[in-house]
Amino acid sequence: MTVGDGGRDGDGRPVLLFAHGFGCDQNMWRLVAPAFAQDHRVVLFDYVGAGGSDLTAWDPGRYATLEGYATDVLEICAELGLRDVVFVGHSVSAMIGVLAAAREPSRFAALVMVGPSPRYIDDEGYVGGFGAEDIDELLDSLDSNYLGWSAATAPAIMGNPDRPELGAELTNSFCRTDPRIARHFARLTFTADNRDDLPRVGLPTLVLQCREDVIAPVAVGEYVHRAVPGSALVVLDATGHCPHLSAPEPTTAAIRDFLAATFASRA
Amino acid sequence: MMGRTDDDRTGGGHDGAAVPGGSDATFAALLEDDAADLYDNAPCGYLSTLLDGHIAKVNKTLLTWLGYQRDDLVGRLRFTDLLTVGGKLYHETHFAPLLRLRGQADEIALELRTADGHRLPVLVTSTVKTAADGQPLLIRTSVFDARQRRAYERELLRARREADAEREQVERERARLQQLSETLQRTLLPPILPVVPGIDAAAHYHVATHEQVGGDFYDLFPLGPDRWGFFLGDVCGKGPDAAAITSLTRYTLRAAAVYDPDPAAVLSNLNNVLLQQDYARDARYCTVLFGLISPDGDGFTLTLAGGGHLPALLTRADGRVEAVSTAGGQLIGILPDARIAVTTTRLEPGDSLLLYTDGLTEARHPDGTFLGEEHLIALAADFRGHDARTIIDTLARVLHELGDRLTDDTALLVLTVPTTNGDTR
Repeated sequence: MTVGDGGRDGDGRPVLLFAHGFGCDQNMWRLVAPAFAQDHRVVLFDYVGAGGSDLTAWDPGRYATLEGYATDVLEICAELGLRDVVFVGHSVSAMIGVLAAAREPSRFAALVMVGPSPRYIDDEGYVGGFGAEDIDELLDSLDSNYLGWSAATAPAIMGNPDRPELGAELTNSFCRTDPRIARHFARLTFTADNRDDLPRVGLPTLVLQCREDVIAPVAVGEYVHRAVPGSALVVLDATGHCPHLSAPEPTTAAIRDFLAATFASRA
Repeated sequence: MMGRTDDDRTGGGHDGAAVPGGSDATFAALLEDDAADLYDNAPCGYLSTLLDGHIAKVNKTLLTWLGYQRDDLVGRLRFTDLLTVGGKLYHETHFAPLLRLRGQADEIALELRTADGHRLPVLVTSTVKTAADGQPLLIRTSVFDARQRRAYERELLRARREADAEREQVERERARLQQLSETLQRTLLPPILPVVPGIDAAAHYHVATHEQVGGDFYDLFPLGPDRWGFFLGDVCGKGPDAAAITSLTRYTLRAAAVYDPDPAAVLSNLNNVLLQQDYARDARYCTVLFGLISPDGDGFTLTLAGGGHLPALLTRADGRVEAVSTAGGQLIGILPDARIAVTTTRLEPGDSLLLYTDGLTEARHPDGTFLGEEHLIALAADFRGHDARTIIDTLARVLHELGDRLTDDTALLVLTVPTTNGDTR
């Protein structure tokens, strides 16, 4: 993992931990996270396999389920000594946040779920929006596009001091992910079923939903809202799966409002 | 430039180039080709979409490829509506973020759904058109027919998956083989050494490679109330054949020692047994030291027989190191009536005896030279005053640090006679 920490131990400001979803890296938060840097301790990171993470840290056993990623989140919290964390998770990371909070509830103060889906594949009495064959098609798409993945840049991700030009190339590229790890993460993400974990969330929770999102449709956002006790649902007038990119101001405003309401009522 | 005339140079050339074999007038006509026609009938598809994905403009080439009329698409559908479900997922998780973050996404492989339900593999490049103030306005996309390329890539992918599957299979086999080797190796060595009153013993087996069973062996065992036998040796070669000989050698030595414990007799018996084995492929032989120890006053009497093996090193209580000479002993298993060399000496309190195989002395230093017997003798001088475990640990560390430079397995057996106050000092 690569972790960026905009604060120090015990500097007193509330902590916002931003977790990117499948497909990209912490760059996803560049239009939203800076808006909170003034009055929050903002922590960003890349999961193993994404962005600037150390690919040698990849272990198929550890990451066989989303729990492995939740462990990463908890290790970041422990390493940085984070308390009362507001966890902002996009897409699959919303569920990773749910798992992490279930294991160490005392670490967390609130959850913000951006475009969450507890299950992508349709089930009896549940519409996730996808069939199992759609997920295979996505994996094929990944394979087709990673033909352009250059093995030459992989060492740069692992830090190759002998070839600084690779590092320069990397800083200019966003959302680089290792193909094999991405494939694994995709399968994990889109075949997971975390519906049973939602009712156990005991934290103030905000569900941020786009008006039109093919990956996590409104019906799914509403399902999450109903399943997480006491959660708030905000439907943003935005299209796509990444409101933090396509509608950063409304996204930031919704998170701010939620934080203000949550922590005002606590005080 | 070819085809250029004096007239061209002086006349009103358009952009400095001329068309070989054509007149300026024709060239002008070509250049003034209708931009709209160029857009519509370009050899690739063009598509402009609003930021919410709705199609605002599309060229005729793409309409033809897809089998749609302009009105079917413009203002009605989004670009993502043309994608397969998997493609939509990919678009939302990769393509759209890239466009937002970089303003550009290059050579993305997608499949478009045609009006009649077929799939058209394409390569898509998109750029975001921005206003003067940097605000994004719309997305321009060019679409290239990638049917042939995709068919070839599918072949590559299929081949890669096959190769991946084969590699995994090979790795599984290798792990299985390694486990088998290690299990076999363990069965060739005593699980623990017995307690010998008045003697402190320790052993170590260093595996150079886990892929093949090595042929080194050792043992220490009782031969009566006041007599103990021990041996250490090295069978020629590696792998299953060597393991078979190692096993045979080990059991023969144990049985022969019960039948007639005289060390020279034990090795002669082993020589006969190995000679009787009919191994068609290779000569199978070993080098070995076989010893007996019996209590004698405050020390022990040591009788050591050697068949072609490196001499044992005896570190005396005062730090002197002696090679216990078994020179003249011949390899066991090659010649009938192989010559066996026998030496007798005393082990005094504070002495330590090291038996080892040549993996240790034939390990190479970084400069390529062998570690050698002299180096080992220098090391052995420091054994004085240490118990058997400490000596073994020291040597095991040396072996470990040699790493890849150690090409052969190494067996070590150390016997020390502790002084009466409990240590070997």
